[in-house]
Amino acid sequence: MAQKEITLLKGNEAIAHAAIRCGCDGYFGYPITPQSEVLETLAAEKPWETTGMVVLQAESEVASINMVYGGAASGKRVMTSSSSPGVSLMQEGISYLAGAELPCLIVNVSRGGPGLGTIQPSQADYFQTVKGGGHGDYRLITLAPASVQEMADFVDLAFELAFRYRNPAMILSDGAIGQMMEKVVLPPYKPRRTEEELIKECPWATTGRKGLRKPNIITSLELRSEEMEKVNLRLQAKYKEIQEKEVRYEEYMTDDAEYLIVAFGSAARISKKVIAIAREQGLKVGLLRPITLWPFPSKRISELGKKVKGILSLEINAGQMVEDIRLAVECNVPVKWYGRLGGIIPEPEEVVEELKKMTV
Amino acid sequence: MTKEEIMKPENLVYRKPELLNDTPMHYCPGCSHGVVHKLVAEVIAEMGMTEKTIAVSPVGCAVFAYNYIDVDWQEAAHGRAPAVASAIKRLWPDHLVFTYQGDGDLACIGTGETIHALNRGENITIIFINNAIYGMTGGQMAPTTLLGMKTVTCPYGRVPELHGYPLKITEIAATLQGTCYVTRQSVQSVGAILKAKKAIRKAFEYSLQGKGSNLVEIVSTCNTNWRMTPEKANQWMEENMFPFYPLGDLKDTGK
Repeated sequence: MAQKEITLLKGNEAIAHAAIRCGCDGYFGYPITPQSEVLETLAAEKPWETTGMVVLQAESEVASINMVYGGAASGKRVMTSSSSPGVSLMQEGISYLAGAELPCLIVNVSRGGPGLGTIQPSQADYFQTVKGGGHGDYRLITLAPASVQEMADFVDLAFELAFRYRNPAMILSDGAIGQMMEKVVLPPYKPRRTEEELIKECPWATTGRKGLRKPNIITSLELRSEEMEKVNLRLQAKYKEIQEKEVRYEEYMTDDAEYLIVAFGSAARISKKVIAIAREQGLKVGLLRPITLWPFPSKRISELGKKVKGILSLEINAGQMVEDIRLAVECNVPVKWYGRLGGIIPEPEEVVEELKKMTV
Repeated sequence: MTKEEIMKPENLVYRKPELLNDTPMHYCPGCSHGVVHKLVAEVIAEMGMTEKTIAVSPVGCAVFAYNYIDVDWQEAAHGRAPAVASAIKRLWPDHLVFTYQGDGDLACIGTGETIHALNRGENITIIFINNAIYGMTGGQMAPTTLLGMKTVTCPYGRVPELHGYPLKITEIAATLQGTCYVTRQSVQSVGAILKAKKAIRKAFEYSLQGKGSNLVEIVSTCNTNWRMTPEKANQWMEENMFPFYPLGDLKDTGK
């Protein structure tokens, strides 16, 4: 089990294999294109016979996310996955999870909207994910994988961050990363925590009053405004700490860059091709790829903004992350958006043309 | 005779259940919740399950059940308690897992979660308080509101043309293959309370034995929103609720 296991997998399949390997206790999900392979792979792998992981097809995304709530509130490593319309249905539950400070993983293999939209890839759930989505003042730790390898790697990372901060974590992927096949090194097997380990790590969890300890109560309800304000202030302090400690990003050819592309996930992959073409034509372009969409790498973007002549936010949506980039650079540099909608992925050549427009 | 002389074990005729704590209840005087809470607390202790119980409270009057019964509790979103409990039970299979829900929570906004958890045969128990009205939000029409019954959202009485019919979800539950024990009880008299306690105990035991899902409906009063005295509410329940929601076991495959 210790040797590297290299295999060819779809992004969605990688999520499932990584979940089994990183000691996940339970998966609860509902079919929706383009992420159904997560549940299908888990059902085929039968982890309940090997690691003891529970896999359950729920009656809806609403039920799935509330099953995640039940599992998370009892200290278990639990997760769900879905795609955009399904994740919309989960927003109430996500708000409750954030309010009750429960660690869990939600995977969104997003598709084009609004409404039933399309089953083709999209990044149009950026706002929903990083600005709230559900009701109340809360934040989701959000990881944006740009490869099948990162789909596999981010499962464990998301759980680690979720439990470190007692906060739900989201992997915001898209239909392209979910469906494409790539070589992937699967993580080594990590055993599920024993009951004793779980109780030690999560003394707050509803595990039954062993040793007749004080009852543990998981709730997001507090009717006294003064107390509810304290709860909110505690949450905000936690979010501030996450912003200070957990920003992750990748830089590519930024050293000599005169123009900067900021892009995540699929759009970041396209950006590398864009940079190759642009540099052949004498245009020095670099890339900053946010790996955490929240917390957002505002500080680094602000620094780079002082060095470059312009920033292009390449997104497979109508321009969402561009707002956060503009906030980060505080009008010190022109920031433009380019993207395609409706499930269309931009061609590198059309992005190069957009970059050229910025130089005139 | 001094107080100390009277307070001897042999003179004890009634004691609050050990799991029912001293927090003053927010329930209205005359409400059925207090009695059902007491029964649930007694049964958990008598079964020796205090250290292995995970309970799920609803949205509605019983949202604060966690303040009164000293076991581990999760407070679920409106209607979602059966989904929450399904996951808990699958992840903690040797624990006693139950939900405590009202009619709006269980039979309206949470109908989907209720039916599917029961039909999957999750080894849980649902305690279902049916008082035919939304209590916490101030007396609005519930899925179980009787025809002709007045509430603040059907102030001239429930009529099928406008409001549809009262839902007998317990009868539906009895038709589901996943359910083991489905029963309808009440707590308006000593006899009824004793029967209800036996039903709760049986449901809890079946769910621990892995025999499937269990639903214990308690036909209850909401004297405040029914605009009646507690005594009149009990009488009204017997005369109007019981004919439509008849008491007794609807299904018991656990024997």
